[in-house]
Amino acid sequence: MSVVLSLAFSGVALGAIYFLAASGLSLIYGLMDVLNFAHGMFMTLGAYAGWDVATHLPISWGGAWLLVIEIGAAVVGGALAAAITELVLIRPLYGRPLAQVLVTIGLDLAAVALLLGGFGSNSLTLPVPLWSIEASRIGNVILPHSDFIAIAAGIVVVVALEWFLRRTRYGITIRAGVENREMVRALGIDVGRAFTLVFVIGGAMAGLAGLLYSVVFSGDLVSPLQGDSLLIFAFIVVVIGGLGSIRGSAVAGLIVGLVQDFANYYLGAHAGLAQFGNLSVVLLLAVVLEWRPRGLFGRAL
Amino acid sequence: MTNALEIRDLHVSIAGSHILKGITFEVPEGGVTALLGRNGVGKTTTLRAVLGLVNHTGDVHVLGTDTRTMVTHRIVRLGIGYVPEDRDVFAGLSVAENLRLAERSSEPDYDAVYALFPELRTRARQRAGSLSGGQQQMLSIARVLLNGWPLLLVDEPSKGLAPKLVTELAETLERIANIATILLVEQNLAVVARLAQRIVVLDHGEVVHQGAASDLGDAELTQQLLGVAGAS
Amino acid sequence: MKTPRIGLIVGACATLLALVLPFIGLHVPWILPGVVDVVNSTGTLDVLALCFVFAGVALGYDVMFGYTGLLSLGVVLHFAAGVYIFDIALTLWHWPLFLALSWTAAVALALGLVVGAVSLRVSGIAFTMVTLAFAQAFYYLIEDNPHGLTGGDDGLSLFSNRLPSFLSGAVSNTRSLYWVALGFLVVTGVVVWVVTESSTGHVFVAIRDNERRVEVLGLRPFGFKLAAYTVSSLIASAGGVVYVLLIGTAVPSAVAATTLTLSIVIMVVLGGAASRWGAVTGGILYIYLQQYLVKVAAEPTFASLPAFLRVPLSQPQFLLGAIFVIFVLFVPGGLAGALLRLRMARARRKMAAAK
Repeated sequence: MSVVLSLAFSGVALGAIYFLAASGLSLIYGLMDVLNFAHGMFMTLGAYAGWDVATHLPISWGGAWLLVIEIGAAVVGGALAAAITELVLIRPLYGRPLAQVLVTIGLDLAAVALLLGGFGSNSLTLPVPLWSIEASRIGNVILPHSDFIAIAAGIVVVVALEWFLRRTRYGITIRAGVENREMVRALGIDVGRAFTLVFVIGGAMAGLAGLLYSVVFSGDLVSPLQGDSLLIFAFIVVVIGGLGSIRGSAVAGLIVGLVQDFANYYLGAHAGLAQFGNLSVVLLLAVVLEWRPRGLFGRAL
Repeated sequence: MTNALEIRDLHVSIAGSHILKGITFEVPEGGVTALLGRNGVGKTTTLRAVLGLVNHTGDVHVLGTDTRTMVTHRIVRLGIGYVPEDRDVFAGLSVAENLRLAERSSEPDYDAVYALFPELRTRARQRAGSLSGGQQQMLSIARVLLNGWPLLLVDEPSKGLAPKLVTELAETLERIANIATILLVEQNLAVVARLAQRIVVLDHGEVVHQGAASDLGDAELTQQLLGVAGAS
Repeated sequence: MKTPRIGLIVGACATLLALVLPFIGLHVPWILPGVVDVVNSTGTLDVLALCFVFAGVALGYDVMFGYTGLLSLGVVLHFAAGVYIFDIALTLWHWPLFLALSWTAAVALALGLVVGAVSLRVSGIAFTMVTLAFAQAFYYLIEDNPHGLTGGDDGLSLFSNRLPSFLSGAVSNTRSLYWVALGFLVVTGVVVWVVTESSTGHVFVAIRDNERRVEVLGLRPFGFKLAAYTVSSLIASAGGVVYVLLIGTAVPSAVAATTLTLSIVIMVVLGGAASRWGAVTGGILYIYLQQYLVKVAAEPTFASLPAFLRVPLSQPQFLLGAIFVIFVLFVPGGLAGALLRLRMARARRKMAAAK
């Protein structure tokens, strides 16, 4: 029982990170029809921004503030990268969704290569407070503190995003644009601004996801390729949840995180099945598509 | 007399087919001008071109301003309200959110809207997607009334509504016509006859007739429209 | 119709030149990717053979992407399947060449049909994501080294005494392997030409332009899309077979990574989607540049450059990605599109002069 609870806990933490990565992708696609490959780059840059800022701080900064500053840097870094991407590369290609997808593909490849050239293929170590690599125990259930961070971040973002989308004028504009972009324009609204805004929001969440992925799942390591591997799972979460649906991303993120975690533990131990956690997620995707091609919460494609 | 809308030599091609082949007409300020024609002659495309939603060539002057270099939201802000075919209310948004989204002036005129459609006040929190067709049409019209805009483009408002609702709708539009200029696309000739002072008839992407609404009495002309409209 | 004939003549001449290239010992400075500046040096022929392999794969991919409008990001699954199935049959099971080839073809066909059928349950961008996910799953599978079949991250070297001597990966066989790669490209060219010129190929294009209209005509797009997917994936698998003969080893990060899929998309778009010569030119150019840039980055003078220049320039992937972004932004239609615009401009000038 304690194993199941521990697994559930880390599965939820993984799901929270998937949600952070996927919800931005889903919003961007829902509003703009752009499948954003550069999202992988945003995640990687977020993690590197956190690393860069942390290494410039005095060693004495070892407390919880260190993590807060890293998170802040990751969020700002991701948002900044996203804003520049939207304004410089996506904006000139409005009305050509395929070209927009292609441009993000080229950007992602180039960015990964540049990071590999600059930092080498070896991972860098992110300085973190000691507290975050410790774990608490309740009975026999082990609860790593880093998982708490991921779950807390996930909850904060879900609540903030829901509030933003329901209560603010920009939020309502984005929800309306996901439904019918043209009609939003016909009401006299500059949809372009909403486009930049979803990119910034998506980029901020991606940066956060990238940093948390390092802290929670890769032993505080930062590597140029981490964004791209996370991106593929984010894509899967988006498709399972339904394109354009935040709630879908949240639910699908949790499901995928839990399935992966449990499958890894119970099946991955067998010879030749070490990657079964990853494979099971793809199988899950195939099953969901057979049963409901538009995803759990999606509108008809 | 000034014109609320002037269209000169408007051409539109979509996916290789030439839909509007140089149409020219104007909508004088005040009252209702009806844009008529069979299905697929380009009435909706004309409205969309005015709003800059489709690529076009030719001159469009909205309330005296040349819109050639303007994007849709700028054109709309000159003072055009658009009530599209099929309503296009945002189904996932509440009635209140739909209205809030449409506010363009700092003092949206909710009094006027609720005076015409008291039901929208009581249903403010309901999802627009769960409204009936008639209620959605109200909401769609209410959106454009909020800002007190002088020119309204209304596309087939009676489509899919029960006869009783069509009568109510015609009354509502009649009242709105006192405060704004309306360019109305409508297949229901009874509604047209009741509301419109002027008519413009399109056929095969060209303007084939312009004149007073009383021309609808002309048998030959109505014949041209009969393909879909039914006798008035 | 004048253009296709010119294309055919140019193509035939290029093929002929490529065929006799291994006999040309010309000394050409600067532009060759091999270490030795001689046209028929081993290094240069190796690179050219690799160019032919990916030009063929890109051409096959264009059937699905450019002609049918399906943006699949799973093409690498089929490429890697060709690589590994063939490699395993020869190296681990010691099957004779013919049997290994037939087995690879059969599995590749089945894989194309099954993966295609499942992925095509969804359309548009969801299709893109699903194909990407399947390819990634395949990558994990290979990396996992199931039953010791694939060698995991270390890869699986091709080693078989059942291969005819002219094909086994010794250095002395550069020429014959070069010709095998060229043969693959020529055969692929013919197949793709026949497919895209056939009535089925015309339906592919119709589906790309307007799927609804094809349905209205009473045709089921699914079958045609599946056909396009399967043709593309078979060509990719065949390319994988030639690749492993050429390189002599299969490593997941080289043959199954998403980066390779994206590179293939880039090749097609650089050359011009839905253009046969475009895809081939794009494939050759991409690999050529990639290898050439590696050579340049290894030059001693290169190391003396300041870091802000040296680091980006030493990464072929960065330069190719950047070139690609510039192409998408400023050269719609790729090389083929640019050529077409050039021709049209010339024709217009001619017409104006005639007046």
